[in-house]
Amino acid sequence: MSNTPSELRYAKSHEWVKNEGDGTVTIGITDHAQELLGDLVFVDMPEVGDNVEAGSECAVVESVKAASDIYSPVSGEIIAVNEALDDAPETINDDAFGEGWIFKVKLSDAADLEGLLDAAGYDATVAEET
Amino acid sequence: MDKQTCLYAAHKSMGARLVPFGGWEMPLHYGSQKEEHHQVRRDAGMFDVSHMTVVDLDGPDARPYLRRLLANDVKRLKDSGKALYSCMLNEQGGVVDDLIVYFLRDDWYRMVVNAGTTEKDLAWLNKQAEDFDLQIKPRRDLAMIAVQGPNAREKALPLLPAEIRESVAALKPFNAAPGDGWFIARTGYTGEDGFEIMLPESEAPGFWQVLADAGVAPCGLGARDTLRLEAGMNLYGSDMDEDVSPLESGLGWTVAWEPAERDFVGRSVLDAQRKDTGKRRFVGLLLAGRGVLRNHLKVFAGETEIGEITSGGFAPTLGRSIAFARVSAGIGETCDVEIRGKRVTAQVVKAPFVRNGKACISL
Repeated sequence: MSNTPSELRYAKSHEWVKNEGDGTVTIGITDHAQELLGDLVFVDMPEVGDNVEAGSECAVVESVKAASDIYSPVSGEIIAVNEALDDAPETINDDAFGEGWIFKVKLSDAADLEGLLDAAGYDATVAEET
Repeated sequence: MDKQTCLYAAHKSMGARLVPFGGWEMPLHYGSQKEEHHQVRRDAGMFDVSHMTVVDLDGPDARPYLRRLLANDVKRLKDSGKALYSCMLNEQGGVVDDLIVYFLRDDWYRMVVNAGTTEKDLAWLNKQAEDFDLQIKPRRDLAMIAVQGPNAREKALPLLPAEIRESVAALKPFNAAPGDGWFIARTGYTGEDGFEIMLPESEAPGFWQVLADAGVAPCGLGARDTLRLEAGMNLYGSDMDEDVSPLESGLGWTVAWEPAERDFVGRSVLDAQRKDTGKRRFVGLLLAGRGVLRNHLKVFAGETEIGEITSGGFAPTLGRSIAFARVSAGIGETCDVEIRGKRVTAQVVKAPFVRNGKACISL
């Protein structure tokens, strides 16, 4: 059974994107991704003010098992990072789609959103991998 | 096709994530590796280690055979039930496997070898046995469950067969007692007190369940790895293998040099290496800052690459990352490790990092 929220958009590399409707988006990793990674122990976040390209590495999550790159699904400027993850990276395990958000981006091109998957598309991607 | 232990169905029903390991399909965790780690440090956890192989050595030559086979000396074992940790070396002084051997009688020893090395080990054991009068019997009829943690003994004891309970309660660390087809050792791979329990496969699922009912948490290989790393215990295949000697793997303490005339396999190479001041050192590393030390990351002193991490990870008890590394002789008090192209400073420390629930190093 899927618990992939329908209001979000997704990248094949397992990030979710929430359109805040004001030209900014919030980005995190999916519940499926956190489950694969296991208990998270560190998150290396980008710097506020950095410019990111869609598809480029911009953060790293480290779990007990492995380190995994996080790619920005959109281009733009980093306007916030979730500093609470410094002390509580396990928040991503507990609430990947909510409190476990990782960073926010001010979009440089709103068209980036159109290339992303919807919940059904993402679930299909996951089903193909497993 | 990976093999399954007799507890496979129990793992599935307890929600294990199963992964291939050493030719077996084993539980990685049952939900949270970190929680399982803490459970063992703070209370009691249990591990299915039935993938490991019990080998009985029966016959009049069992002792002389083992004194030739192993770098440690079974002559040290005076009392029945006493255990010894040893490396089994090849002629080049490389480690074929590391194992625990239990002395039961002059004509009966029992050893436990690693899962992934079992077939190779049995071939080696048989090859070395050509001139000795003994039988080598892999006991594939036995399952093995490790119950570990400060409350492990207290929780497990009442669940053991009545006729062996008293002798097991009296066991000192690193000793074992057989009885009723079971074999219980006060040993482990976590740095905590507890038992490793060998028992008939047919009885293992029932015993696993009563342990669970008594509040012993099922724990997977993930927690087993972070627990042993914190406890300063080597993992075969990561920290040592056939191409490296115990003297470069932090296992010099397991080599019995005396009596000098005991000619164990690999001895001549080790004798020469022992005097070599240029041999590599096996050290513990503690990461000062954030990040996780991982296997095979490169270690530097200034701009010079001096070695690599053999096993590393996040230490849940310490909230920091720790590792073992094999490095050149001259390493100082700190070194640098390259993580994703960036150098981070690590402190060189002496393992173990954690024993009996407490940190042994200053953070």
